[in-house]
Amino acid sequence: MNLDTLFPLGFAHYLAGGLIIGAGISLLFLTTGLIGGTSTVFSSTWSFVSRHAFFQQARLRDSRAWRLVYAAGLILGAAAWWLMAGQDSGYRVSIPWGQLALGGFIAGFGARMSNGCTAGHGICGIGSLQLPSLLAVVTFLATAMITARLVLMVGGS
Amino acid sequence: MKPMSWLMVLASGALFGFGLALSTMIRPEVVLGFLRFDDFGLLLVLGGAVAVTLLAYRFGPKLLARPLFGAAFGKHPSELNARTIGGAAIFGVGWGISGVCPGPALAGLGAGQWELLVSVAGLLAGAWVQGRISAR
Repeated sequence: MNLDTLFPLGFAHYLAGGLIIGAGISLLFLTTGLIGGTSTVFSSTWSFVSRHAFFQQARLRDSRAWRLVYAAGLILGAAAWWLMAGQDSGYRVSIPWGQLALGGFIAGFGARMSNGCTAGHGICGIGSLQLPSLLAVVTFLATAMITARLVLMVGGS
Repeated sequence: MKPMSWLMVLASGALFGFGLALSTMIRPEVVLGFLRFDDFGLLLVLGGAVAVTLLAYRFGPKLLARPLFGAAFGKHPSELNARTIGGAAIFGVGWGISGVCPGPALAGLGAGQWELLVSVAGLLAGAWVQGRISAR
């Protein structure tokens, strides 16, 4: 087993990207004290339009504005990369819409039930050495690896 | 929040989004390739991000009395219970179907991957249903 087997597309961009992601989450924490997960915005944004008690609870209402700004930042940052480097790649998402929709729905439900996703539990949770987050990460990696394989078996992408 | 805080939130999100794009984690095919053991890059992305975050979370509060433009350092509230682990198991199933998780769904839009609007709609719908059937 060598580097080419583990990382057929090279490894530098993965490491650099990861360090920059960590820098973003660190900057957020050091300047504002906020914890930079990315799944809560999908619940908190509903508080603008739904009067249901769940969406009107303080932890969602009080964070809904900065979470939207953070989401806008995610989009702008990727746009900056796109303008600098990736625009000519001709890349298009090849995963069928049905898979994107179903996967999105289930992931949205699960992440909010778990109160964290790859960012909230994976980076912020492990970054603050929280055992529940580590166990959540091990759990979702396991179910995701099994599911991704099953998807191929039933003829998905 | 202080005006500077909003700018910092935007800048932090932008760094995060740039990193996601540079690392190609915004491409669901790359994520699914990791989940199928074709390419282990995602572990380097996660490891790199965790290493930097670990340092900031650990030493930030020791070096600073409070955040530069904020009132207090927050904490990620994770609890060991059936919701945290059960929700994670469900999240993984969705992630394994699409190869898209919340951060890359948003960042991918900035890189012109309009197909991910479908993912964003799915995530919003899933979060809505979760909220409506949830007690808290």
